[in-house]
Amino acid sequence: MPWRPPAPLDVYQLLPKTNCGKCGEPNCMAFAVKLVNLEAKIEQCPPIVEEETYRENLVKLRELLLPPVREVILRSPQKVLKIGGEYVLYRHELRYMNPTAIAIDIDDSMDRDTILKRIGMIEKFEYEYVGQKLKLDLIAIRSVTNDPKQFAKTVQIVSENSSLPLILCSLNPPVIEAGLNVLTQNYRPLIYAATKDNWREMAELAKRFEAVLAIASPGDLNMLVSLAKTVSEGYGIEDLVLDPGTLVGSNGLSYTLKAFTWLRYKAAYDLWKYVGYPLIGAPISAWTSIEGDITDKMWWEAVLATMLMTRYADVLIMHSLEGWVLLPQVMWRFGLYTDPRKPVAVPHGVREIGKPTDMSPVLVTTNYALTYSIVVSDLEKSRVNTWLIVIDSEGLAVDVSVAAKKFTGDKVLEVIKSAKLDEKVKHRVLIIPGKAARVSGDIEDATGWKVIVGPMDSSEISKFLEKIWTSEKLKELTQT
Amino acid sequence: MSEDKNKKNASERSSKDEDALRVSEILGILAKIAGSLEKGIVELYNIDISLDEVELKVPLQTLETLPIPIAITPPPKVVTEAKPEIQAGVAVAKAVEVVGRKIVELMSLAFEEPMMKFTGKVVEVKLGATKSEGGTRDKVIVLGGHELPPYYYLTGYKPPHPPAFGGDVFDMKIGLPRAVRVVFGDALDNPEEWARVWVNKFGAEAIDLHLISTDPTIKDASPEEAVRNVDRVLQVIKVPIIVGGSGNPEKDVVVFNKVVEVFPSEGLVINSLNLDMDLEKVCPNIAKTNTVVIDFSPMSVEKAEEINRKVYTWIPRDRIMLDLNIGGIGYGTEYGFTAMERARLGALLGNELLQHPFNVGAANAWGAREAWITMDPYWGPKEIRGPLWETLTCIICLLAGADYFMMLHPLSVKVIKSLREYLFSEPKPSNPEKALNWLSAKIPVV
Repeated sequence: MPWRPPAPLDVYQLLPKTNCGKCGEPNCMAFAVKLVNLEAKIEQCPPIVEEETYRENLVKLRELLLPPVREVILRSPQKVLKIGGEYVLYRHELRYMNPTAIAIDIDDSMDRDTILKRIGMIEKFEYEYVGQKLKLDLIAIRSVTNDPKQFAKTVQIVSENSSLPLILCSLNPPVIEAGLNVLTQNYRPLIYAATKDNWREMAELAKRFEAVLAIASPGDLNMLVSLAKTVSEGYGIEDLVLDPGTLVGSNGLSYTLKAFTWLRYKAAYDLWKYVGYPLIGAPISAWTSIEGDITDKMWWEAVLATMLMTRYADVLIMHSLEGWVLLPQVMWRFGLYTDPRKPVAVPHGVREIGKPTDMSPVLVTTNYALTYSIVVSDLEKSRVNTWLIVIDSEGLAVDVSVAAKKFTGDKVLEVIKSAKLDEKVKHRVLIIPGKAARVSGDIEDATGWKVIVGPMDSSEISKFLEKIWTSEKLKELTQT
Repeated sequence: MSEDKNKKNASERSSKDEDALRVSEILGILAKIAGSLEKGIVELYNIDISLDEVELKVPLQTLETLPIPIAITPPPKVVTEAKPEIQAGVAVAKAVEVVGRKIVELMSLAFEEPMMKFTGKVVEVKLGATKSEGGTRDKVIVLGGHELPPYYYLTGYKPPHPPAFGGDVFDMKIGLPRAVRVVFGDALDNPEEWARVWVNKFGAEAIDLHLISTDPTIKDASPEEAVRNVDRVLQVIKVPIIVGGSGNPEKDVVVFNKVVEVFPSEGLVINSLNLDMDLEKVCPNIAKTNTVVIDFSPMSVEKAEEINRKVYTWIPRDRIMLDLNIGGIGYGTEYGFTAMERARLGALLGNELLQHPFNVGAANAWGAREAWITMDPYWGPKEIRGPLWETLTCIICLLAGADYFMMLHPLSVKVIKSLREYLFSEPKPSNPEKALNWLSAKIPVV
């Protein structure tokens, strides 16, 4: 039986019931509904967090809304990163919460310059997509030398030069300890990893340094849950991350997929607490298990990352810093973690495609991210210089927004005015989507511009413009 | 009364446990310090140690050699081996540590595999027809038959049919990404050669022949011409053929009618039927043959039910596939992915309207601009990005349960075929510990 949200009324009973409005909602009941829909967090209610009288209610509320997969926090002095905190197995059952964190490795055999260069690339990685900046999240420091001093030195260099939270990777407890020792109190790293051979020492370190502990048990789920139980109950360490092992090739990849799926299924559907932790995958293992040239390894690292992200990994450790390996990962992550209940919107306004002039065509579309992306992509493909009016359709696609009366002349006018488009172009012609034909009259009335109904699909735009946007046709249009 | 007592006992026990835990921790730290002293190396970072009541027990022998009995300041010398007294201390501390730690023993727990109950089954659909079935194909492909969600690996269940991968061929020259043009070269000039290269050189398991020249706004090729193209491809390769229309609902009806009339027994697959078409004008003719159809319902599970319900009027369920559409990564992949997950779960839970194998137009991945445009060199050459985009889009669909993939680039087919081999192997790693090799390996930095 999957996780079910509590009834709004049960949540409401625990709220202050003062309708103070500090959460931004008109009343406590509205806030309760947002809470059970996971559209708001308890922390958005200042009274319950700050006032002593509500302390008990706060604890109860947190319990009611506790996700089956524990939310674990990693920290650097500059950044806080949440992983896990998942409620459901399937995205459509609610939504996925904290996007899979992507870590890139640095190892302690690298010289200082290499380390600094890698840090620079990790920190600078950024891709702009539907108005968002897609970035990397963590640095995983691996001990290749197995020398505590060397590891401590590397951790020191990374912490002095990077703003990102860290994963310390070694199976040798003294190495991990040396690394932990050089980090300041503001760090909360992930220790990777406790295994069947070193768990006592690793658990003690995690306890002493209040760090998050990963448990790795490749190929053995019984050992994995035994260790999770032992470490959580025996040492009182609650912030754990589980790794069933990332294997490639025959008998390996199928096992990995099975293990990730079983673990998350048992957490989300059986609410089994010993597997209710974030999962970590290591696409980096493509580098040590795939035969072939470097491109093959990178290719398989990309394949593993996409697979594991799709099948429930909350953290991924990767090696490639190649843009083509990482770009599809951060873009797929963005899509996978959007709320399927809410359409994604891009900011409205006027976009310049290519280098439009005062006689370039003016097109209209909606601010639904997918519609917008496709239209922009088609326009760029066709290499025509155009002005693109993006109206505020509240994140709805063209046909839906027309039906919902969000695609109106007033909305078009609003953008023309705010962007001063009437000063930028000499003509007064708008091209609207074929699917918005119904509202062409309304748009003409509101804007005073001549409206031409364009093609049903934006892939036809370039063909359409070739026909319609000629000087003779324009003359005809502007005269009538 | 007894309840109170229990509570008291419980709290006593837990505070005792906590004490024991704390003691064992302290002993553990002491053992670490002692161990370091033993090696003669002590490096402490950011640690303050405050001591009160430190008792030093020094053997007499040492005292005798010292000039002043109270101040114990031995001359500095290189420590080669720990002093006997420290060695003794370490031995004691270690013994105590072991005793102290004993309280946390491994608590063995068995992982019980998920128990799932599903009652529905996806129908089995056969693409192509062999000689004995009235066709001319050497090989047929059977898809579907699933009784559990994809790639769950529950004991005792073997997925009946693995997914299959076909190569896209167009009946006329169209704008294709450079990465694709480079691989096929001159073969792109005619559909037969293109199909032959796909099957013989690149291992396509079926051919997706897209008759886009029939589009009234492109060439408006006649149904007779379409049939000729299908025939040419049927002659040169012996794998199943998926026949795609132009997407124009009126013209497709005419073209599909002609195609199934001329090839009624080849087990062709019609790609695709949708709600914009006049279904009653084409389905009855298809029904008379052994043709399979793909019902197309872009990203809508509800509309998928609607079109399937209509098509059932004429065509048996085991000759219907479902296409919920997919966008390339960044361009709506999640909508298709989630629609497929929902539809498959619904099918397994007993919704008969959704119990059909999925078709995926993976070539849509190339619609993502990141798959084909020239970008800043950091993002790599588009010749890599393109096929990778297609491969990863396929993998996402694969995990949602997709059965048949129409693909554009041979490299994507190659990778996804090895992936299929891995995924359909027994999930029992021979050397699981290898999973951690990456931890300490020296990995080249590119």
